[in-house]
Amino acid sequence: MNFPVLSVITFTPMVAALIILLMPAQRRNETRAVALASATFALILSIWVYFSYDQAAAGYQFVEKYNWLPALGISLHFGVDGMSAPLVLLTGVVMFTGVLISWGDEDPHVKAGIQDRPREFFAFLFLLAGGVFGVFVSLDLFMLFFFYEIAVFPMYLLIAIWGWVVTREYAAMKLTLYLFIGSVVSLVGALVMYWMQYKNTGILSFDMLVMENAGFSQAFQNLWFLPVFFGFAVLGGIWPFHNWSPDGHVAAPTAVSMFHAGVLMKLGAFAALRVGIMLLPQGAQTWSWLIMTFAGIAVVYGAYIAFVQTDMKYMIGFSSVSHMGLVMLGLSTLNPTGLTGAGVQMFSHGVMTALFFAVTGMIYDRAHTRMIPELGGMMKIMPFAGVGFIIGGLVSMGMPGFSGFVAEFPIFMGVWQKQWLVAVVASISIVITAAYIMMNIRKVFFAELPEKLEGHVGDITVLDKVAIVTLCILMISIGLFPGLMVPMVQTGVENILRLLGGA
Amino acid sequence: MFTSTMFASILPEILILVLAILILVVEPFWKEEKRRNVGWFTAGGLLAAMIVSLLFGQPGEPTTTLGGMVRFDWLGFFFKMLFMFAGAATALLFMDNEKIGHRGEAYLLLLASLLGMDLMASSADLVMLYLAIETTSIPLYILSGFMLADNKSTEAGFKYLLFGALASTIMLYGFSLVFGFTGTTSLYQLADMLQAGNLPLVTAFGVLALVLIGLGFKVSIVPFHFWAPDVYEGAPTPVSGFLSTASKAAGFSVLVRLFFVAFPNFAESWTLVLAVISAITMTVGNLLALQQTNIKRLLAYSSIAHAGYTMIGVVAFSKELAIRELGAASVVFYLAAYIATNMLAFGIVMAFSRVTGLEEIKDFSGMSRRNPWLALMMLAAFLSLAGMPPFGGFVAKVFVFAAGVQAGYVWLVVVGIINSIIGVYYYLNVLKVVYLYRMPNEDEGNHPVPLTRPYVIALAVLAIGVILIGTVFAPWFSWSDAAALTLF
Repeated sequence: MNFPVLSVITFTPMVAALIILLMPAQRRNETRAVALASATFALILSIWVYFSYDQAAAGYQFVEKYNWLPALGISLHFGVDGMSAPLVLLTGVVMFTGVLISWGDEDPHVKAGIQDRPREFFAFLFLLAGGVFGVFVSLDLFMLFFFYEIAVFPMYLLIAIWGWVVTREYAAMKLTLYLFIGSVVSLVGALVMYWMQYKNTGILSFDMLVMENAGFSQAFQNLWFLPVFFGFAVLGGIWPFHNWSPDGHVAAPTAVSMFHAGVLMKLGAFAALRVGIMLLPQGAQTWSWLIMTFAGIAVVYGAYIAFVQTDMKYMIGFSSVSHMGLVMLGLSTLNPTGLTGAGVQMFSHGVMTALFFAVTGMIYDRAHTRMIPELGGMMKIMPFAGVGFIIGGLVSMGMPGFSGFVAEFPIFMGVWQKQWLVAVVASISIVITAAYIMMNIRKVFFAELPEKLEGHVGDITVLDKVAIVTLCILMISIGLFPGLMVPMVQTGVENILRLLGGA
Repeated sequence: MFTSTMFASILPEILILVLAILILVVEPFWKEEKRRNVGWFTAGGLLAAMIVSLLFGQPGEPTTTLGGMVRFDWLGFFFKMLFMFAGAATALLFMDNEKIGHRGEAYLLLLASLLGMDLMASSADLVMLYLAIETTSIPLYILSGFMLADNKSTEAGFKYLLFGALASTIMLYGFSLVFGFTGTTSLYQLADMLQAGNLPLVTAFGVLALVLIGLGFKVSIVPFHFWAPDVYEGAPTPVSGFLSTASKAAGFSVLVRLFFVAFPNFAESWTLVLAVISAITMTVGNLLALQQTNIKRLLAYSSIAHAGYTMIGVVAFSKELAIRELGAASVVFYLAAYIATNMLAFGIVMAFSRVTGLEEIKDFSGMSRRNPWLALMMLAAFLSLAGMPPFGGFVAKVFVFAAGVQAGYVWLVVVGIINSIIGVYYYLNVLKVVYLYRMPNEDEGNHPVPLTRPYVIALAVLAIGVILIGTVFAPWFSWSDAAALTLF
């Protein structure tokens, strides 16, 4: 038997969380070291999975299957395809960089990163990371829900305990309730699908590869696609259920914002794709117009709201709504171009947003404000962060040469094939995005340093720089060599198209 | 003739009785200050009894023994093991509560009540059933009012007694009517009598309603739940924990057997009545829990809500389904997860208030800094109650909901899901106090919450149990399934 790499990836963070909890509370740096070591380990494994995925063979690879509860057809069935392998890599990257920037600086003047109870912080963060890995690799619907919920609830504690004092209680509860409502609504749909499958085929199984052939009727799919898809899409930040997301981003501590926007929102989009679109393909075709409408609104509306924000985190939060709208838009096309774009955009946006939040967090930790009008001159103080933010901004605008272009261009092409009007309207967002990113860069990084900030704002740490460089390299290399990712995503898309019936 | 099957069928009860007698004999010889060691003795004895029963008392083919009084099957056996486990944990939690743990009678009453529960789970006859219920209840009335110097405890004991006596007379009246109409008291013969249709539907409904009142009181479903919050609040905390878990599960064990065996497929409309009761119970329990400021009252209302979730499994029973025993199996599984979880929750409250003397939710501020491990266990307990993985509550809830959907009660499952959302809100609010808020002077370092050894053992076992049920759920489910299968 082969090395069970996927279960090792999934359970590494969870085991690490346990080890961290067992360490004495005062051994703060040892706690961080263990966290970093296990994050590095998970990252290396996810890189290995990504590059040894055989694109020619396509399909699900690294498959592991253990019967967990045969009586009800629940199994621990792991595997990655072209769609999920990049997301596993993304999770590894965000986890690694998240630990780096949470390390912070014990200097009482700076107090960057996580200084209050780092032990509990890393334990909860890693529990969440394990859940995220689990969702991306699960091929069993029950296990997918299992990991999905694990990925949701630590969020509450992470935001409520380590978040921004002003809104953390409100935002954490709002986020948890939204996500929990979404997931249980999907759960009802999943249970109905499970029994309907039994009625149709006589098989009791939560295995999604089996459920693909359940032969759900058109009427059934039309009815149940909506709860299943939108239940998950809540976590994908789809308009009009996006409201939790900017609040959550703002209130969360930096590493959690990175996880949240970078990975968790992909979780929603990915689960909506895997369970909603892939198991109920005809329902998806019926309702694709609705998703497209909502996503189109999200793209423009999110960008516009981001434009008027004065708080950097709110700005990035709403820009996430806009960019996740692009992912949903790509999914709603149900054609090869659009789906490929959506797949790449999930990765690209994950890296980009993680970078944005990391830089914003670094600025906030040192300047103690995130309000754009109160900031300025950061380029001189923290040039590394400045360059990183600019690269992220270019990705966000969809500049050629960066991963954003590779992702957004196919999405718009796909949408054009389906409904040109939506493509036209949605492309407005590119202009707005460019505007707010440019204005932000000009004010925060290049304008004159306000007197209030002079003197006490210092440069970022070495670990912060490593995190920024890692994220930037990813975005540039995919922008310059789309071949690193696009063919892989295409193999995943083919699998989806097969279920959609040709095309 | 007393055969070995007869002996095996009541082996756990015999062992409990022996243990109780031993305690009576040994306790007076222990010095006053060493009396708490009776707790070790009780817990150890119960564990030994469990092991012996597992080795020698496993049921084979379901049989009815002792003159048709006791049913010897996996359902009863599984519940007996659950009760004894809960009893052992309760005995450990008793130990360091000065008001009850240092008096031998408490352990004796606990064992007497356990004896009744074990018989409840296995009785096959209405007379036996009634006796078992009373054997369970009377020691619990006394235990609830055990702290005589405490007004609330006395009130709790008295209130429990009054409500309990009333409910039990009503149920007895129901039993007598059943006997009057059918001429038999055996649960396994009732089914044939009732199905022959020699009972008008209205009459049958009336009788069932009377029986349901008695059992509804035990499992605290709405509208027979009024006693629960007051009693849980007033009674000594480990007793509340025992009441809300083992006693409730015992009620369900009877409910399952009665409705699945004696009145199976009684009528679609009767199932509908149960479904409505389930929906109302969940909703009322959760909505009232939202308002609570006292942690024990919160847990009381949450335990009412959980009775409602469990009822979904009871509702989800009919014979033409894919996995026909799933309804019953999900009930058994749910109760196993719930016993471990709620016991843990009450144990933590107990451990905390023993040191601080406080039971309001706001008093838990700063607990995660005063004792991080206790806070983590509280996290496990409350998230499990909320139905989050990797804790037992998640899997249990999914199984119950799956059973509900299978039986076609999608609306009931939707009600259940809305209720879970409400539940998440108030459970998280407690965790927020534990993890986020600080003590008034932020000097948690000077106010540790030390745990004594019995607590450490009981809580650690329960917490690990909650996680095991939630992750390695296959064996638990197979046992629940095997238990449920013996109903057919």
